[in-house]
Amino acid sequence: MPISEDVVVIGGGLSGGVAALVAARTGASVRLISHKESTLRHASGLIDVLGYLPDGTGPIVNPFDALDELPNEHPYSVVGETAVREGLTIFDEIVGEMYAGGHTDTNALVPTQGGTVKPTARYPQSVAAGLASDERDMLLVGFEALSDFDAPLAAEHLAAAGVPFETQGVTVQFPEDLRDDARITRFATALERDSNTRALADAVESHLDGAERVGFPALLSKDTVRSELGTRLGKPVFEIPGGPPSLLGLELAERLFETLDEAGVHISSGVPVVGHETDGNDERVTAVLVDRNGQTHPYHAEQFVLATGGLVGKGIDTDRDGVTEPIFDCYIPHSEDRYDWFSNEAFGDHSFARFGIVPSEGLQPTDANGEIKFENVRAAGSVVGGADIASEKSGSGVSLATGLIAGRNAGEAI
Amino acid sequence: MSDTEDTHEHEYEHEFDQSDSSPTGPTPVESAEAFDGLNADLRPGADNCYKCTSCDTSCPVAEVDDEFPGPKFQGPEQWRLKRKEDTDIDESIMSCSNCMRCDDACPSSVPLSQMHNTARGEYVEGMDKFSREYIRNRILANYGTLARIGSRVPRLTNAIMGNRVTKWFNERLLGITSEREFPEFAHQTFRKWWNDRGGSQVTSEQKRIAYFHGDYSNFNTPEVAKALVRVFESFGYEIAVPEQRCSGTPMFANGMLADARRAAKFNVETLSALVEDGYDIICSCTSCSMALRQEYPELFDFEGTGEVAAHTYEAVEYLRLHEDLEGELHDSDSEIDHPALAYHAPCHARNQGLHRQALELFRTLDGVDIEDVGDSCSGISGTYGWKSEKYDYSMEIGEEMFEEMKDAEGTTGMTECPTCAMQMEHGTGYEINHPLEVIEAALT
Repeated sequence: MPISEDVVVIGGGLSGGVAALVAARTGASVRLISHKESTLRHASGLIDVLGYLPDGTGPIVNPFDALDELPNEHPYSVVGETAVREGLTIFDEIVGEMYAGGHTDTNALVPTQGGTVKPTARYPQSVAAGLASDERDMLLVGFEALSDFDAPLAAEHLAAAGVPFETQGVTVQFPEDLRDDARITRFATALERDSNTRALADAVESHLDGAERVGFPALLSKDTVRSELGTRLGKPVFEIPGGPPSLLGLELAERLFETLDEAGVHISSGVPVVGHETDGNDERVTAVLVDRNGQTHPYHAEQFVLATGGLVGKGIDTDRDGVTEPIFDCYIPHSEDRYDWFSNEAFGDHSFARFGIVPSEGLQPTDANGEIKFENVRAAGSVVGGADIASEKSGSGVSLATGLIAGRNAGEAI
Repeated sequence: MSDTEDTHEHEYEHEFDQSDSSPTGPTPVESAEAFDGLNADLRPGADNCYKCTSCDTSCPVAEVDDEFPGPKFQGPEQWRLKRKEDTDIDESIMSCSNCMRCDDACPSSVPLSQMHNTARGEYVEGMDKFSREYIRNRILANYGTLARIGSRVPRLTNAIMGNRVTKWFNERLLGITSEREFPEFAHQTFRKWWNDRGGSQVTSEQKRIAYFHGDYSNFNTPEVAKALVRVFESFGYEIAVPEQRCSGTPMFANGMLADARRAAKFNVETLSALVEDGYDIICSCTSCSMALRQEYPELFDFEGTGEVAAHTYEAVEYLRLHEDLEGELHDSDSEIDHPALAYHAPCHARNQGLHRQALELFRTLDGVDIEDVGDSCSGISGTYGWKSEKYDYSMEIGEEMFEEMKDAEGTTGMTECPTCAMQMEHGTGYEINHPLEVIEAALT
């Protein structure tokens, strides 16, 4: 008797997680299969919806006002504004008090460790006191031993970006003598010791110089550390999100998976899905194949959601011959000439950034003729093409909206 | 296939002898060959690393031990350094506990644990063979050899190993922590029990499994092994209990690749013959199944290694794939009233996609109340937590799990890994069960 469920979701990121949760809420039995630990652990923890239009216009004040300007093939255009809003509602339910930003449609501007300002729809509470729309002067604090974050440089970048407040950056010695290339988990653990929190506040105090809020790299994983620092400094303290690995992303991943667990979703991680089986007519998928050291095992279901990510997430594969989707062999439109896939400028308009499945209205993958390939497969997240999520700053919103629709359609088809 | 008395015991007793010239001993030629893993082309793995340091964030040792540079350094960075000039392997490789969490964390499929195993093997090759650390590690890595001798007189061995003088001696002379209680040897080994009952009670042409019990369930927890036998027999499986040696897990973790190679060679020869006869290989310990499935093919290339890997399963995984285990549990007439369970998923279960199966299976079962105690590493990682200089780190890593266990409803623990079980018991005083024991109670 093989493993069997109503719905199998492939992919453990935001879109897969939301799809699994929504499908489970329809009453379906659901299994989520994730090859590795959730990719959310590499994410900044910020939830963006739309920061820039495809032509670069922005930052956008209100993403919902800009949705009409997106091209027809954009995932938002396929699922519609209601899905984007409902996706955010689901997210708000998942994170509860952990996150802020739900009080308004307007984008918040969150300073990052690179000194840029990211337009984002939802952000962790620990980030809230750092918003760039707030006019209070800001001190950024970095550590000598932590080379990823250069506080004076980030402060200069923010000033150059035209933020409406004074910025300063200071590099202080970390209160505990850590090795030169210490892991961020090590910093976070060390800061949980009261003596270190006290020493850090003492080291920062003399640099305040009129600053009304103080930002630290996102290592204050316990709220008590942040509030203790704030109390000692007499100023609000906030975290500055950074690149991977990210403790904010890790906390979000943990919350999402706790929610999935509570909703009764079965989770298999650590194993890759490598292929599929179909019925006799090749119209319906009957199982996906999970690789176990060279043997494959079928995981059966009635409905499937493909949420394996885009080029970076390995949901889409390229080689010299073309662009493919490795699990269901879905059609991915691309030029025959691979030199057309990219632009010569690093931040130019690359067509590879929009590579992905062409979805039907119900998010089923379509073939080169626009026909639905498998009626019981739906795609969600960045495996869906049509959006350059990195330059638009729309990755999380696309994942939430398409995850919601794919998961709901899959669950309701049972 | 029925089993006969151990005929290979004499070989085990030679395993510590450096000048061993028996066919399975470490002759100079063989010890050079033992590092065939080092010749594996690890370049694509190293090139795939884009330094995101997700592996470092998931490393339980790097979180508590500031001297440990983390898996990224131990794997791709050290490999690149060595390619450029003939640098020695950094001694910090010996602080890696081989929990293999980095493998699961890497978004780029860099074979981190394979790189660590090969680097550790190379480092140990250059170690002073008379140093306290080497001798201690070799003893820990070859637990099965000691167990084989000690279990002949289990009561005496238990008394000696529990003795304060023995512990003092271990701590001072060998660097084995005196904080832990040595696991007691069972008065009858599983293999003795198996032979006494006359081997398999079921014959079947179609449903055949070969049980790789490993040393621990043979010498220390035969009740787990017996549970496996009874459960599989209840599903109509013919069981073979082949001659076997340690899976190699503690040897990999201590860089004793020559020992691991000998053990693996023996196991692959025996098990691949059974695979050819239609047997699948079943483990009750997730580290054993990990070794056969992943580490053997990564480090060795004996004939049949790939076949053994492809046919190896963890026990509950196998039943869920091939039988309606969940249905049988629900339909069973046996009344279960099991104490509430605090379940810990071993790190090695994670990389096999198995860390949720006990929860999935028992959560919906009447009479069983199971609670997950979080995803932290237990901290013992086989032999790591037995080393005096690592004991405190081991307990610091385990702290989160201990706290979750104490917060859980019951005072009984559950895990698939024998050393995680030791740590769980050590940190909480709880009795620890294996999922197979609960399945046995429910089905038979």
